[in-house]
Amino acid sequence: MAQVRLSGIAKAFGKVTALDAMDLVIEDGELVCLLGPSGSGKSTLLRLIGGFETPSEGTIAIDGVDVTRLPPERRPTAMVFQSHALWSHMTVHGNIAFGLKLRRLPRAEIRERVERVLDLVGLSGYGARLPSQLSGGQQQRVALARSLVIEPKILLLDEPFASLDQHLRERLRDEVRDIQQRLGITAVFVTHGQDEALAISDRIVVLADGRMQQVGRPGEIYAEPKTAFVAGFIGAMNMLDGTLADGEIAAGGLKLPAEGSGPARLAIRPEDIALSEPEEGRMVTVRRMIDFGSHVVVDSTLADGTHLRVQTDKAVRVEAGERVGIRVERWTVFAEGEEPRRYRSDTVRSFRDVRYA
Amino acid sequence: MTDLATLPPSGALQAQQKRVRRRAPVDWTGFAFLIGLAVVILLPLVVTAVWAFAEVWRFPAILPQRVGLGYWQETLSRQDVWQALWLSLRITTTVTVISAVICFPAAYAFARLDFPGRNMLFLAFLSVQAFPKFGLIIATATIFLTLNLIGTFWGVVLIQLVGTLLYMIWIPVSAFQGVDRRLEEAARDVGAGPMRVFWSITLPQALPTLAAAILITFVNTFYETDAAWLIGLPNVRTMPMVMIAFINNALEVQYGAVLFVFLWVPSFLLMLAARRVMGADAFAKGLGG
Repeated sequence: MAQVRLSGIAKAFGKVTALDAMDLVIEDGELVCLLGPSGSGKSTLLRLIGGFETPSEGTIAIDGVDVTRLPPERRPTAMVFQSHALWSHMTVHGNIAFGLKLRRLPRAEIRERVERVLDLVGLSGYGARLPSQLSGGQQQRVALARSLVIEPKILLLDEPFASLDQHLRERLRDEVRDIQQRLGITAVFVTHGQDEALAISDRIVVLADGRMQQVGRPGEIYAEPKTAFVAGFIGAMNMLDGTLADGEIAAGGLKLPAEGSGPARLAIRPEDIALSEPEEGRMVTVRRMIDFGSHVVVDSTLADGTHLRVQTDKAVRVEAGERVGIRVERWTVFAEGEEPRRYRSDTVRSFRDVRYA
Repeated sequence: MTDLATLPPSGALQAQQKRVRRRAPVDWTGFAFLIGLAVVILLPLVVTAVWAFAEVWRFPAILPQRVGLGYWQETLSRQDVWQALWLSLRITTTVTVISAVICFPAAYAFARLDFPGRNMLFLAFLSVQAFPKFGLIIATATIFLTLNLIGTFWGVVLIQLVGTLLYMIWIPVSAFQGVDRRLEEAARDVGAGPMRVFWSITLPQALPTLAAAILITFVNTFYETDAAWLIGLPNVRTMPMVMIAFINNALEVQYGAVLFVFLWVPSFLLMLAARRVMGADAFAKGLGG
């Protein structure tokens, strides 16, 4: 069993708070993504788990053992760095075998384990090469092999594919997930790419300004964001500032049924808006059409000039400057200090009520 | 709407490229700089090298009237030349080794540790070079006189150590700062302690630049004359001092020219070999490039 338990973990650099007190349990064999924009504290949290930073407050336990004050070399963790961090003066074999030599394993066992892990990452026969003789993707595989060969309890990945092109990133992402599941290893993956987080994780931890915004399964976070930040950060979302009054929210010239009063934020996913015939109070002006191949996004403006993105079928064709009607299928309202309220057009009841009725 | 251009016939592209190549403008400024540098740097070296083999070379002849190895035999058969060479090598090696032992850990501390007075101390090390060298040597000589270090091997070693500080602190500081911290973190991550990280990762990564610093120090110390002359005489006579004496005292310029070639060729070959082994970037990195 390899469980990570963070209790009241906080980190400050001087007067700057990088992480506010947070609690998190990562279960055995789970792959958890730490997702957030730059400066959200996700890399700091990973470095705290790896032992490269010491928390200002709180404790970190791995398998029930307090490792808060242990240096990295004494923790059962291994990290894959964004920059690969391969030692250019050693061969691929030398890089991977380094950790095993430190453990004073017999030479034959080292050779056998290095070959096995090279095979696992698809680099059999590359042992004699220098890192400079490998492509970016191959270097990242070596970095992964170097971390896996010492059989850590926790694998930490710090934006490991950020420097790779999209195609290679997706392939390696799938491979890492495959290897992680095959070995049943607990993994913590830092990324600022929401697609990556949605595709690879068992659970996602969304961070912003050093605070944990939401923890949940990828689908859950996408469908039911708990804060306006998560709603705006995960997936494409139209975020409109509005006012709640008389049983509706008015935002950017758009009026939709909603409970409450006072200022609020209206969140609508582009795929939850359908184009329809023009109708008073539900009109947009088309600015341009963005063709993504599989679908089309219509970039439009509401009456007061607020941008609204509408995802629609490829078959739909509208011209720039054309005024078209819209029908909002689902929307969420975020009011300060209140739980988010979700609605859908056919019932105009809370989405959660509909879903769990 | 996009206009589609017709494809050129086969082979036309190469012909076009050749025409473009021919039309490439000549960089006359660069060419003039090259010739200027060659005249300023290479010409004196070539002339001195020719003098070393010239037995008779009288004005206005462009080339020597008679060449031979007569002056080489005469110079290299002298006992004092070989004694000076051996002494120079001993002094230079001792200075370089001691300098490395003192300066490299200091450079590592300046590069990696944050301690009170760090910048002041770093400046103090480098400020030695800001003062007129001769004045510094004279001041040191008065101290050495009371310590009975004038005219001794260790007196020359100590004074020459001062001259090595700039290269042996400044360049290694850049070398250690240039080692990516994540490489060290990756080593700690797989189980290496701080000392092991230094020996297995930091040092090998910084080594090409450290080697460049050692080489520059070795060559500079070998040819150093001011300090060696003021502190070393009359007992300690290094190779460059012998060469100066030859040039000053002998009527024939050939003695000095022979020693010049004799000293220049090995260091030139050493620099070439080092550049090949270490790579040009090691020198550039050391100087902050």
